[in-house]
Amino acid sequence: MRAGHGGLVDRDRPLRFLFDGVEYQGFQGDTLASALLASGVRQVATSIRLGRPRGIFAAGVEEPNALVQIEEPFPEPMLPATTIELYDGLVARGLRGRGRLADRPDPARYDATHAHCDVLVIGAGPAGLAAASVAAASGARTIVVDDQPRLGGSLLGTGEQLDWVERVTAGLRAAPEVRVLTRTTAFGYYDDNHVIAVERRTGHLGAQAPAHLSRERIWRIRAGQVVLATGAHERSLAFSGNDLPGVMLAGAARTYLRRYGVRPGNRAVVLTGNDSAYAAARDLHAAGVEVAAIADLRPGGSAGWAELGIETLPGWAVAGVSGDDHVTGVTLRGPDGTERHVDADLLLVSGGWNPVGALYSQAGGRLVYDDALAAFRPDGHCRQALHVAGSASGAYQLGLCLSEGAAAGRSATRAAGFEPVEPAIPKIKEREVTPGLAVWMLDGDESTQFVDLQRDVTVADIARATGTGMRSVEHVKRYTTAGTAHDQGKTSGTLASGVVAELLGVDVGELGTTTFRPPYVPVSFAALAGRDRGMRFDPVRVTALHQWHEANGALFENVGQWKRPWYYPRDGEDMLTAVLRECRTAREDVAMMDASTLGKIDVQGADAGEFLDRLYTNMISTLKPGAIRYGVMCRPDGMVLDDGTVIRLTGTRFLVTTTTGNAAAILDWMEEWLQTEWPELRVRCTSVTEQWATVALVGPRSREVLAGIAPGLDVSKDGFPFMTWRDATVAGLDARVCRISFSGELAYEINVSWWDALTLWETLAALGITPYGTETMHVLRAEKGYPIIGQDTDGTVTPHDLGLGWAVSKKKADFLGKRSFSRAENSRADRKQLVGLLSDDGTLLTEGAALVVDRTSLGHVTSSYHSAALGRTFALGLVRGGRDLVGQTIWATLGDEPTPVTITGSVLYDPEGARRDG
Amino acid sequence: MAEQNSPLGGFRFPEGPVTIAEIPFLTQINIRKEPDSSLPLSAGTSSRSGDVDILWLGPDEWLAVGPPGGFTEHHWEGSVVDVSAQRTTISLRGPHVRDLLALGCATDLHPGVFGVGACVQTTLAHAPVIILRRESEFWVLVRASFATHLAGWLVDASREFAVEALP
Repeated sequence: MRAGHGGLVDRDRPLRFLFDGVEYQGFQGDTLASALLASGVRQVATSIRLGRPRGIFAAGVEEPNALVQIEEPFPEPMLPATTIELYDGLVARGLRGRGRLADRPDPARYDATHAHCDVLVIGAGPAGLAAASVAAASGARTIVVDDQPRLGGSLLGTGEQLDWVERVTAGLRAAPEVRVLTRTTAFGYYDDNHVIAVERRTGHLGAQAPAHLSRERIWRIRAGQVVLATGAHERSLAFSGNDLPGVMLAGAARTYLRRYGVRPGNRAVVLTGNDSAYAAARDLHAAGVEVAAIADLRPGGSAGWAELGIETLPGWAVAGVSGDDHVTGVTLRGPDGTERHVDADLLLVSGGWNPVGALYSQAGGRLVYDDALAAFRPDGHCRQALHVAGSASGAYQLGLCLSEGAAAGRSATRAAGFEPVEPAIPKIKEREVTPGLAVWMLDGDESTQFVDLQRDVTVADIARATGTGMRSVEHVKRYTTAGTAHDQGKTSGTLASGVVAELLGVDVGELGTTTFRPPYVPVSFAALAGRDRGMRFDPVRVTALHQWHEANGALFENVGQWKRPWYYPRDGEDMLTAVLRECRTAREDVAMMDASTLGKIDVQGADAGEFLDRLYTNMISTLKPGAIRYGVMCRPDGMVLDDGTVIRLTGTRFLVTTTTGNAAAILDWMEEWLQTEWPELRVRCTSVTEQWATVALVGPRSREVLAGIAPGLDVSKDGFPFMTWRDATVAGLDARVCRISFSGELAYEINVSWWDALTLWETLAALGITPYGTETMHVLRAEKGYPIIGQDTDGTVTPHDLGLGWAVSKKKADFLGKRSFSRAENSRADRKQLVGLLSDDGTLLTEGAALVVDRTSLGHVTSSYHSAALGRTFALGLVRGGRDLVGQTIWATLGDEPTPVTITGSVLYDPEGARRDG
Repeated sequence: MAEQNSPLGGFRFPEGPVTIAEIPFLTQINIRKEPDSSLPLSAGTSSRSGDVDILWLGPDEWLAVGPPGGFTEHHWEGSVVDVSAQRTTISLRGPHVRDLLALGCATDLHPGVFGVGACVQTTLAHAPVIILRRESEFWVLVRASFATHLAGWLVDASREFAVEALP
């Protein structure tokens, strides 16, 4: 029920919401959980395995029980009701374990950003705020992240020092170099203080969320120093009936009262093993909740909380909880075995507090068991530049949290190179503390002593695991699923370790905890994807002619990140018809292709020839300026890495082309050899891939066309021979024309500035020249047996396997791959070799199909097309000992049916090379 | 001389709180050589001579950027390559420029770290770029093939700044 006054909610701003079909009202500042408690809703969810009623157990991100599905404004599954800020129009329902993804696309925007700071403070409770105030005042670039909508952390739940919180918040918000990120959870801690956080920016606005802002944002923060002030989570105890709605963490109950002005029950019993629950009992009592008794598991009770006016029972425990769907009474058992039944609708539990060590652990730090704390805490020796402060380090008293926070702020600030400024920190009068008890399970029925509430894991389940012989909490976790739910065992992890230790009779400190991994809280895939989806999933690279290709009906093929025109269907043409037409035009007339995507590297220097001799298998240094050579590159293992042409511009300058997909990799390859192995070579490389646009002009009429648009260029067979280049004016543009051919036809590659590409292309188009795409290019080259590196090769293919032995120098002293060619393996007669394949019945073979003889696989089909020039289908393939099998029949698998195929040489069209010169 | 087409000549940048525009056809010359005192020698810095910026790209690599037609390869010694058409230049102005760039760039562009004249080779929206801080604007030099992707990304990202604050 809502208390008459108090709390940080705005009672002038009522909000209406629907839960499980019933309309309720809450206030601005409520969570769904606090509004449900205020409305008297006890059961929120149903347990996943056993179907038991479950209520609200905690008040924050650690909530194990109260999972809900949001239905409106947009479906979201499996959110703890304690983490949902209430808004008008929220429609939600309780879940039994699993939620349901939306059946429609999420219209919201998600994004990511980067941030850098000197000091990152994670958690804005007392310790974090003290640290942040030091860092901010010293001028350090500071980022403060906190998962709540306002700063204050645990102080919001205890109601202490809120004026100080207000002052510090205002100061942080006003400081120019400070960024305060509320509603932001740091969920990943990676090397070099790289912290990933998720900011929930507009979800709390419900249907009013503005569409132009991202709903959630991933922050990638690089911090010089990190202050971890992540606080502590209260843990439960394993006793019979500890899952019934109405059983609640004591600190959570205090938070509901102090922060939300909600009395979570009318008559309470408190079960505790430490002092912290006394403050909850005192506050609830003062707010009108009748606290019937405090059962303190410690035989001596608490020294600091003697005068509360509440009956305290030292040495007493809970023997059982009564009630069907919520708590109606509690049976207490005294040290002498006496039992006493107390009517109550609320049972507050405190089994102790666990420092939140997830991020510390992710950062590479170790958690050690501290007997005095009865908890695992950071060991203080993390390799990263981080400082742990407050209850995250095991300091549970407010004064200590503040002073530790200020100290962490000082050391972080100083380590970041700033002179720390002393902040004003409230003076706190601490009570005497009686140490907490390391207690995990009470006597009772193990099958209703819940350890992990979300996974329905009981002490009996854990006993079954240890009974099978398991000795590791990691094994027990996987066997029982304890700690594997959405909450990752925030309230149950240490308890599970404690129960395992007790069952095995070992020390919990030696047993340890399970491993903490990111993310600390569930993060939606939508947030992780951000704007990197659809067209922006990966950059799309286009050539200077892309808009022309689009406007002229090209379909596109993805080649790496490039969009390349695939073919240009005319009205009524399917792909086959269009490609056959394009092929015929190139072989019989003239056609053109945008070849701009080829990688281009300018290689300069006195040793450029020597360098290229070492990289390519064939001799490059003997090339004359003005000439071009085809070259093959191998890795040191002798396998083909890339191929392309090398143009000699001057005595000391070359232009190298690479395959489209390998442009960046080959430049890296060159740099790696120059920088690491051959630093003595005077050579430097520069990428010019996009400096030049390249148009291939192909076909018997190409000479005539070129002559028409380059009147000053001698295009005659002798004046401009094959494998030479000329600088010329083409279509009025500065151009470099290369007489090379990837089709076997008379052909030219015209290179102009990227800026001039469209002018050149439109000049050619205006002459009626047919454009063709990558599919036709593939057919034309395959008819000639020219391999595509990466399609006809797979990293296990030598130049000799491809029939390119002629391109492997026998004269050069050394080059990459040379030594490997003398290996016996490389000269075996049964290596897979590139051959042509003609299916006997003309079927189009499937690329990738296995090639089989007598149930033995001899290789596979690498390329397969319809050929206009051959008037039939054909293919290329890698076949074991293939060149010795020419003329023989082999079987290609096609679906379930084998198809007979005749092996041929790899050059199926114009094997004499008669067409090259037109 | 026929009309030349810059990579973003056909791209319309809408008006908005971040002013985004292409500066086409700048002369860009890549210089690779042993360092000498005529060149900026510290990583991530540039020097200015007249209207030519020389950007440090690596221990033996620089990029000279200047007005269209301002100079040629012959102004420098070493391994010198005209790359004017390799990248185009996008200018970004306005109070939100750093926030906009941070959405896709992991480099720290804070004025205390990345002041006037600072430059960096990095990725922005997964595209390789060179970012140069000038007096009143940032220049992003992007490879021609990535320019349309980046321009679209920038326009989409800048929607964020259409309204000043959350309600």
